[in-house]
Amino acid sequence: MANFFLDNSDILFRFSNAPLAKLAGIMEGDFSASKEFPHAPATPEEAADNYRRVLESLGALAGDFIAPRSEDVDATGPVLNDDGSVAYATGTAEALDMLAKAEVMGFTLPHRFGGLNFPNLIYTIAIEMVSRADAALMNIFGLQGIAETINAFASEEIKQEYLPNLASGKHTGAMVLTEPDAGSDLQSVKLRAYQDSAGQWFLNGVKRFITNGCGNVLLVLARSEPDITDGRGLSLFVCQPGPTVKVRRLERKLGIHGSPTCELQFSDTPCQLIGERQRGLITYVMALMNGARLGIAGQSLGIGEASYRVAREYAAKRKQFDQPIENFPALRDLLIDSRMELLASRALTYETAIAVDILYGASKKMELDRPTDKDELKALRDTERKYKRIAGMLTPMCKYHSSEMSMKVSNDAIAVLGGSGYMKDYPVERYMRDARITTIYEGTSQLQVIAAVRGVVQGAAEMVCEELAAGTFAESVQPLVDRLNAARPVLAECIAFIKSQPGTEYMDLYGRKLVDAAIDLLVGYWFCRDVAADPSRLAFAKRWVNTRLPRIEYLRGLILSGDRQTMEEFDALAGPIPTLAD
Amino acid sequence: MGYNCVVLAKQVPDTHKVTGKAMKDDGTVNRAALPAVFNPEDLNALEMAIQVKERAGGTVTVMTMGLPTACDILRESLYRGADRGILLTDRRCAGSDTLATSYILSCAIRHLGKVDLVFCGRQAIDGDTAQVGPQTAEKLGIPQMTYVEKLLDVTNGHIRARRNLGHGWEVVEGALPMLVTVTEAANDPRPSAARRLMRYKAAQSPAEIARQVSIDMKQADDAARAAETKKRTEALAARGLLLEQWSLDDFPIDFAWVGLDGSPTKVHRVQSIVLTGSGYHEVAPTDDSIRTLIHELIEDHTIG
Repeated sequence: MANFFLDNSDILFRFSNAPLAKLAGIMEGDFSASKEFPHAPATPEEAADNYRRVLESLGALAGDFIAPRSEDVDATGPVLNDDGSVAYATGTAEALDMLAKAEVMGFTLPHRFGGLNFPNLIYTIAIEMVSRADAALMNIFGLQGIAETINAFASEEIKQEYLPNLASGKHTGAMVLTEPDAGSDLQSVKLRAYQDSAGQWFLNGVKRFITNGCGNVLLVLARSEPDITDGRGLSLFVCQPGPTVKVRRLERKLGIHGSPTCELQFSDTPCQLIGERQRGLITYVMALMNGARLGIAGQSLGIGEASYRVAREYAAKRKQFDQPIENFPALRDLLIDSRMELLASRALTYETAIAVDILYGASKKMELDRPTDKDELKALRDTERKYKRIAGMLTPMCKYHSSEMSMKVSNDAIAVLGGSGYMKDYPVERYMRDARITTIYEGTSQLQVIAAVRGVVQGAAEMVCEELAAGTFAESVQPLVDRLNAARPVLAECIAFIKSQPGTEYMDLYGRKLVDAAIDLLVGYWFCRDVAADPSRLAFAKRWVNTRLPRIEYLRGLILSGDRQTMEEFDALAGPIPTLAD
Repeated sequence: MGYNCVVLAKQVPDTHKVTGKAMKDDGTVNRAALPAVFNPEDLNALEMAIQVKERAGGTVTVMTMGLPTACDILRESLYRGADRGILLTDRRCAGSDTLATSYILSCAIRHLGKVDLVFCGRQAIDGDTAQVGPQTAEKLGIPQMTYVEKLLDVTNGHIRARRNLGHGWEVVEGALPMLVTVTEAANDPRPSAARRLMRYKAAQSPAEIARQVSIDMKQADDAARAAETKKRTEALAARGLLLEQWSLDDFPIDFAWVGLDGSPTKVHRVQSIVLTGSGYHEVAPTDDSIRTLIHELIEDHTIG
């Protein structure tokens, strides 16, 4: 009897201190949907209560039903049948059936399509809980951004055709983007889209590494303008599987075994255009990817949480030298550092989700309900602009930090368990294998840093820190806040130095260091702010500030060094290219 | 087409969460110390009823006898897919043993009209008697299938299911109406459906409404409270959110058969067993010693 919502004090803390009423207002507007849909909330309080109840129910499903199946799912995985169909592992199929019955496959979709119309924050918490139970299941549960993309950009006709079945869990989807020569660089997508004389679109070509490519709704990025070779030549299409879509193979992977990773061949497959031509990559896939990045951050949190729990329990019970190993200083640091990283990632990810929700609210209002009053309009426009900057920086930042955290925490969990952790008898080796992909897909850590560092250099991190610093803090935490305030100019100093360098090479060379320093400060302020709501969290703030301020100093030294040896002496440092044996 | 299914459910103290305070000094269960939950195998019974409805159509009505707090499990039933919840509550039910309980339930079920299938959990985790289901079938004069571990088919007015026999299983078939008692192996109860949860969380019984009114209107007189209760009750009913509440006056019943008077069960003795450790017994790592140990464990019924 485990409940992954109720047993997690940090999730409960973040949930109960989130601006739920505000988010409910963004999603429900004037709450008039309650007149048409008996389940829709009539007040912000009722909406917040709905969020809690649904998370509590999903927490039980994750703990009692999904988690016990995950080991078996990892051991068996999906199968590509001779007839080209894909069968999920038994546990995956059973879990998806339960998730459909739980009516949680349309988390963020509007009521009219059978969705729950919940904000991103709540969906992110749900993703974390499902991932803690089975990280591979998240790759199907967490693909609800496909439906969101259809809802945001497709015609009403396409929405009606696809969304109700996605919301009910009858259908699952796939983001069909990657190709053999177009991974991180999606501008190079080659798969062709062409129109016949009647205007019907068709797809031709091969896609690779497609998560759940066996799904029923395929969102395909394809080149509709053969003469335009960059991203502007790409459009987004939706199609269904059929005789012209062949799953050629399932990849054999290090982790997330339950998630079918497909190679797909399209042979004159009829499809429908989403939105407008040429906006496929630059508008629609970018929006889709931003949502997916937040999802991967949630998945990473789930893996980190699962790993940490096993390590913590083991360290308390395992005795060596006549005492629990948690008594040893080195083990204590391993555990505490893991937990701090985990809590930091959760703060960062949930704050990102809130920013994304606020941005969504402002953009929606600009589009559908633009104020007539000049000052109101200006305020709304300012809010939209501000949160575009914040969400634009935080999204890659939380994906980067959480995915790296899940690798570190699962890796350190194995360290705590020692030889036992290396064996299949404990789940931590699986967690480490599952964690590895999170820093790769939906954009590698290196690419997330490139996106995040631009936000930092343009001042978004400083802006958020300043706003946080101006807030009220518990008296007990004030000395720590003072130290953060004193360290804040370091960020400005580093940014100024990077800006003074010619081109963008230096920024990308030191991007990760600058982003790390920004995260250290942001999380420091959030941890300090938290103490007002829960005095026992002073210990977290203290630990964070004490360990991170020295790191900021260290990072400052590197960033201000002006050292370009990486670029200038690459061959000397990296050595000659070896010849690998076949 | 379709079958009218009734599920008999019970709210029980969660014996999975037994602590030192779970028993009173006199050896009876301290219900206040344990959270109240949906009896686990009644959830399997509910799941089976919902599956019958999904396959063949019909209705699922959940009935529970108990205090108004038992409305929690009626709401949970609605979240999972039940169509209707009935709270059977009456002071005169107090003290009913399994015989009286099954009599009351059988009278209430008769009052529902045409019922094709009655599903019960095999047994409740508080009393562990497994008697109420079978006795209810007897009193209704309908056949029963007990210990059902798999629903195989419900078509053309017949049900076919697999029964657990302890040492094996058998497949049985019978004409409806039928009472079925369901084991935990039969299925995985579905979770609450989010939209149903959001809708039916507001469902209440008249007793709960009256209780809330007495809290909200502490100063008011009885007439004012009654008027407010009536108003709220009607408002909930208009939204389809009123949990039905029946008393023993709502259907024909012989009062000689209910409550303490109708309960012939006499508690012979309550034994308070305190488990204590008493030394240990070393088992050598040889096939022979392990064989001996296994035999001992089988003989004292620890295993097997």
